[in-house]
Amino acid sequence: MADFDQELDATGLNCPLPILRAKKALGGMTGGQILHIIATDPGSVKDFEAFAKQTGNELMESKEEGGKFLFLIKKV
Amino acid sequence: MSDKKLAIIATKGTLDWAYPPFILASTAAALDYEVQIFFTFYGLQLLKKKLSLQVSPLGNPGMPMPMGMDKWFPVLGTAIPGMQSIMTMMMKNKMKAKGVATVAELRDLCNEAEVQMIACQMTVDLFDMQHNEFIDGIDYGGAATFFEFAGEADITLYI
Repeated sequence: MADFDQELDATGLNCPLPILRAKKALGGMTGGQILHIIATDPGSVKDFEAFAKQTGNELMESKEEGGKFLFLIKKV
Repeated sequence: MSDKKLAIIATKGTLDWAYPPFILASTAAALDYEVQIFFTFYGLQLLKKKLSLQVSPLGNPGMPMPMGMDKWFPVLGTAIPGMQSIMTMMMKNKMKAKGVATVAELRDLCNEAEVQMIACQMTVDLFDMQHNEFIDGIDYGGAATFFEFAGEADITLYI
């Protein structure tokens, strides 16, 4: 796991909350910083890909670990 | 990043149908869309300060019910007094258990994200509703107001 600047626990939350919380967290960060997101919503895997593609933020990593979905997003 | 626009017309005032407009609007805002929702007819219920949205199994054969009731329970039975309140309560409990946001929460998120909400003045008058029944920060207008934004929108949805 790479280093990150901020962590967002989105476990137990369902669509569209993980995306909305991530957007809010990124809003408080500066360009180049990395947000680590922990989610349990299986739909979030496709959603974070789509989110990154549309907002320009970079999805550096997306993986599943012990039933949780982990993402690293670098703020553009 | 994106400077796209999403226009939505929200026409339904039930608990289940409150979700699509608010989910799509808040998500689009998170994707940097400029978003406007035009609430008309029963959709006005979604703008009330005090939300009392319900879901009905009546006339809704697609609604999953506990114990497979949607498969065997007589349709007429879904009209029994109290059935609607029970189903609404069960739906809310289910949503809470599954981490689905409440309608009020999603609406707040839309507000925070500067989603522009417009209540159809004609239907407000039609139903004898008062502006003080609705949340603050919304505008009141008609079809021409909708088209001013929708005419330039990339996506327009009628829900």
